[in-house]
Amino acid sequence: MSDPPSAPRPESAPTMSRDEVSRLAQLARIDLSGAELDHLAPQLAVIVDSVAAVSSVAADDIPPSSHALPLQNVFRADETRPSLTPDEVLAGAPASEQQRFSVPRILGEEP
Amino acid sequence: MSDVTRLSAAALASALADGDVTSLQATQAHLDRIGAVDGAVHAFLHVDADGALAQASAADERRAAGGELPELLGVPIAVKDIATTKGLPTTAGSRILEGWVPPYDATVVARVRAAGLPILGKTNMDEFAMGSSTEHSAFGPSHNPWDLDRIPGGSGGGSSAAVSAFEAPLAIGTDTGGSIRQPGAVTGTVGVKPTYGGVSRYGLIALASSLDQAGPVTRTVLDAALLHDVIGGHDPLDSTSIDTQWPSMAAAARAGDISRLRIGVVKELGGEGYQTGVRTRFEESVQLLVDAGAEVIEVSCPHFELALATYYLILPSEASSNLAKFDAMRYGRRVAPDGVRDPSAEQVMAASRKAGFGDEVKRRIILGTFALSSGYYDAYYGQAQKVRTLISRDFASAFEQADVLVSPTAPTTAFRIGEKIDDPLAMYLNDIATIPANLAGVPGMSLPSGLADEDGLPTGFQILAPPLEDARLYRVGAALEAMLVDRWGGPLLDQAPRLEVGL
Repeated sequence: MSDPPSAPRPESAPTMSRDEVSRLAQLARIDLSGAELDHLAPQLAVIVDSVAAVSSVAADDIPPSSHALPLQNVFRADETRPSLTPDEVLAGAPASEQQRFSVPRILGEEP
Repeated sequence: MSDVTRLSAAALASALADGDVTSLQATQAHLDRIGAVDGAVHAFLHVDADGALAQASAADERRAAGGELPELLGVPIAVKDIATTKGLPTTAGSRILEGWVPPYDATVVARVRAAGLPILGKTNMDEFAMGSSTEHSAFGPSHNPWDLDRIPGGSGGGSSAAVSAFEAPLAIGTDTGGSIRQPGAVTGTVGVKPTYGGVSRYGLIALASSLDQAGPVTRTVLDAALLHDVIGGHDPLDSTSIDTQWPSMAAAARAGDISRLRIGVVKELGGEGYQTGVRTRFEESVQLLVDAGAEVIEVSCPHFELALATYYLILPSEASSNLAKFDAMRYGRRVAPDGVRDPSAEQVMAASRKAGFGDEVKRRIILGTFALSSGYYDAYYGQAQKVRTLISRDFASAFEQADVLVSPTAPTTAFRIGEKIDDPLAMYLNDIATIPANLAGVPGMSLPSGLADEDGLPTGFQILAPPLEDARLYRVGAALEAMLVDRWGGPLLDQAPRLEVGL
């Protein structure tokens, strides 16, 4: 067992700058207005600073847990079973056509 | 029959079985109560009066036909808006799902229907269960019946408010870091987070898949046990569902024997940072257990100090991945970006997520995206997964010394609406005592321990048991509840304001 954890944070903790938040929001496909960036960036900086406490404990030889309890793959028999109808599946779609989801263009188009 | 809305679910079930009241009458009485007080409490996002009354009639017919009947047949229930309900709107408290009507039932909902419990409606919650107050609901906060200016806890504050305001005897909640237990603590009600895998997650809108667990929200320990027995058990539709034979939780609650039980007080979950009245009521409850023959020891779980930081890396990481599905393509809200002619799918996605998600959801998605991004993954997400192992090991060694662990459920009583809304870290601290259980998958219960002297608001007592030993929660919880109710001279909620009609 390692030493009891303590509060200090690593010196190398990155700061959450406004530019960094803007970049991450783009990766996450969320448009953020300038006002939102001004609002969220300082809050995220405080949160990141705080969660960096996890590095205060030496855990190099500790196996990571992705789940609390052991998991194993689960399979079912490859048999047909009842499923939703096309109408049910499409009922919540923002737009549909010919029993298909209708989506905006997916490729870039130079004007 | 006097006011059926004041009965526990168990007492209402007996009255239904004895023919003193019909499900139709009981369901109508709860709908009337909702009509009278929910304008002030705002526990519900959607009330399904017609559906509930139809299910109540069906329950009455089933009872008339006789045969073997589920114990809770005809007892109405409220369902947190995170569980899909076929034909009923399901929003998870988010604008991005406003108006969505799922084509299927979550397994917990299907089981509730099969057991004949009329569904009164869907309860309010922090958006996608991210929060401890319901203030992050896109549809406005719920209010604590003990003081309408205060929060009913969160994320399941709609369910805790519905039950504590006598709008429903039972409700379904979900608990990712305390969203069943903390609302229970601040409203003077009972909430149980079962062992991870004990209740199916199929059809629950996922927040953090390795932490989420559905469970009962009620006014008594026995009611929670009865509902646990209805919703629990193996489900092939959830690959993490545990395939085992569970004992009856109701039988454990009815036994309520704690003599010679070893109870571990967790050193790290108490003391500094916990409100005086919360600590006083906690210590009194521990003393009651000692008086009843339990052995109390102090246990130390040193890595719990890092549980909050660990959780706020693991949860956002999983959430940012889970919420990627809200892309405005197959369901949910689609918004076109301003001033863009013929926008691309990607631009529509980003504009829809901007319009559809609230601040807290944006914060956590960005945080998760950061923790999972290359260069930071090992130092943040990877390290958090290792600390998670250390937290599980702390639990394992504590459970070698004690049969159950106990702590206050939440560090404070209910705070005022608005007090912490723009201070995310202060909000996160509400779950400091409940989060370790989710990280380790262990079951936990909160039950009322009294009212804090300084503000007269409810305090919660948390019981934790080893994985799969959920029945212990009910055994200990029922014994403690009986002693406390005896002291109070009646249920704690008898001391809450009546919220009389005509608000």
